[in-house]
Amino acid sequence: MTRIWGVVAWFAGILFFLPVAWMVLTSLHSEADAATNPPSLAASLTFDGYSEFFGAGSMPPLINSFTASIGSTIIVLLLAIPAAYALSIKKVEKWTDVLFFFLSTKMMPVVAALLPIYLVAQYAGLLDNISFLMVLYTSMNLPIAVWLMRSFLSEVPPEILEAAAIDGAGLITTLRRVVAPIAMPGIAATALICFIFSWNELLFARVLTGVVASTAPVYLTGFVTSQGLFLAKVCAAATVVSLPVLIAGFAAQDKLVQGLSLGAVK
Amino acid sequence: MAVLTRPSAPPKRPAPEAPRPSNRWARRAPLLPALIFLIVITQLPFVATLVISFMKWNSLDPAGRGFAGFDNYVNVFVDPDLRSSVINTVILTASVVLISLVLGLGLALLLDKKFRGRGIVRTMLIAPFLVVPVAAALLWKHALYNPEYGLLNGVLTWFGFSAQPDWISSMPMTAVVTSLVWQWTPFMMLILLAGLQSKPIEPVEAARIDGASPFQIFRYLTFPHLRQYLELGALLGSIYIVQNFDAVFTITSGGLGTANLPYMIYQTFYQAHEYGEASAAGVIVVAGSIVIATFALRVVSSLFRDEASR
Repeated sequence: MTRIWGVVAWFAGILFFLPVAWMVLTSLHSEADAATNPPSLAASLTFDGYSEFFGAGSMPPLINSFTASIGSTIIVLLLAIPAAYALSIKKVEKWTDVLFFFLSTKMMPVVAALLPIYLVAQYAGLLDNISFLMVLYTSMNLPIAVWLMRSFLSEVPPEILEAAAIDGAGLITTLRRVVAPIAMPGIAATALICFIFSWNELLFARVLTGVVASTAPVYLTGFVTSQGLFLAKVCAAATVVSLPVLIAGFAAQDKLVQGLSLGAVK
Repeated sequence: MAVLTRPSAPPKRPAPEAPRPSNRWARRAPLLPALIFLIVITQLPFVATLVISFMKWNSLDPAGRGFAGFDNYVNVFVDPDLRSSVINTVILTASVVLISLVLGLGLALLLDKKFRGRGIVRTMLIAPFLVVPVAAALLWKHALYNPEYGLLNGVLTWFGFSAQPDWISSMPMTAVVTSLVWQWTPFMMLILLAGLQSKPIEPVEAARIDGASPFQIFRYLTFPHLRQYLELGALLGSIYIVQNFDAVFTITSGGLGTANLPYMIYQTFYQAHEYGEASAAGVIVVAGSIVIATFALRVVSSLFRDEASR
């Protein structure tokens, strides 16, 4: 009986993975082999799709995406860790209300805030500016990061903190020697999740950037041409752009649910 | 705008030390940068949206700017495109959430069993969620759905069918929904799997010894335990999918009757330059989201209470 379920699970796993495998396989075919029906599975492999993608000016958008994602992740952590500290270790009064305020901002559709943000950017000359996008991604991820960091920091046992205080450890020493080692895996997971969300973002990037600050997802949407064959090239582009997320996602696999459920599920 | 009251506060624990007034601001200080940043960037724009929604404002006609009262809201409800985008949003969100929840439940139950290579299967199942949404939409549109060389029709050819449907034109909404279900099923599976694995094992063993059938165990023990997690998955899924823009934008460009509200707002403001109307539609989305969010916050808060009382 158990065996049957194993087979069913394997079948389901392969079925779900198939489109990803197909994307990678197609990206390694020549354009002619990629666009056949029935599909040519055994066609010879080539990196043409990749070299064409990297040769077609894809570097600036990729660098922009890295800048916006990594930059916003760093700012998020700098803001979220102290906030989470004030919500877990040294709690402010009404800390649950504050915590739920953070969460409620995440539940509001960003599209409703798009127009005012666009107008501000236009007025301040911040359109097509990667720093502005970075600020927006920071606000997008801050609630998630606060919730996650709070749940990680509250795992620090109060006894250890008391012991450190009795031993005369100051705030900085306590943070560095006691809190940081326990919270480090959590900080890493939070950073990876924030990175993924920023990297994936399309709507803001699409509306607020144009030529200079365009990000990888925006570049991808404009990558399909109406002339000639492009499937292998598109699959190569999709694979390259997804690669950082796949790596970050598998690295943070265990904490991924916690991040996506805003810390509600352990 | 987004300050939502929690239905009930988690149980109060005795404060470790009574905060003195001078102490209070020292405690608040680390919180303030994040709080102020978030209020400025995420709350003020909503207020602005609310104000603009009552204005007559097309950026191509700056001179005609003025107060519009409820005209924009009336237009939103009268405009057949905007109305259908409301319906599309509901259909899209409900079908993606329900289907991926059911599939996710099935997969979570499978992965909860022991079998050879479980880790590999789990990894393969998570992969769709880790493809960048735009890339996933492009993949489905061009590599799978394409009528001439897409994999779906290729498979039909392999199995000897002569039919070669144009998937996106003949069933646009289903095409969008399928690609999103593919991406979101892993999310549901992960949440439900976490729920299954947090389930206490003793009652199940006891029931089994008492001769309960697997179905009875599922119906009376597993399912009630999972309910919270099903609710959480459904609500978080709704929150994320109501806002979906990438799939609609990429697969159909909002055509063929698939435009949802986010796409419609994007188009009304970005292409038609109707700022007032776009804002009114935005306010409506927010109103709808508050309803979902209230339920979602209730579920999160009950999970939170469970955790706090542990």
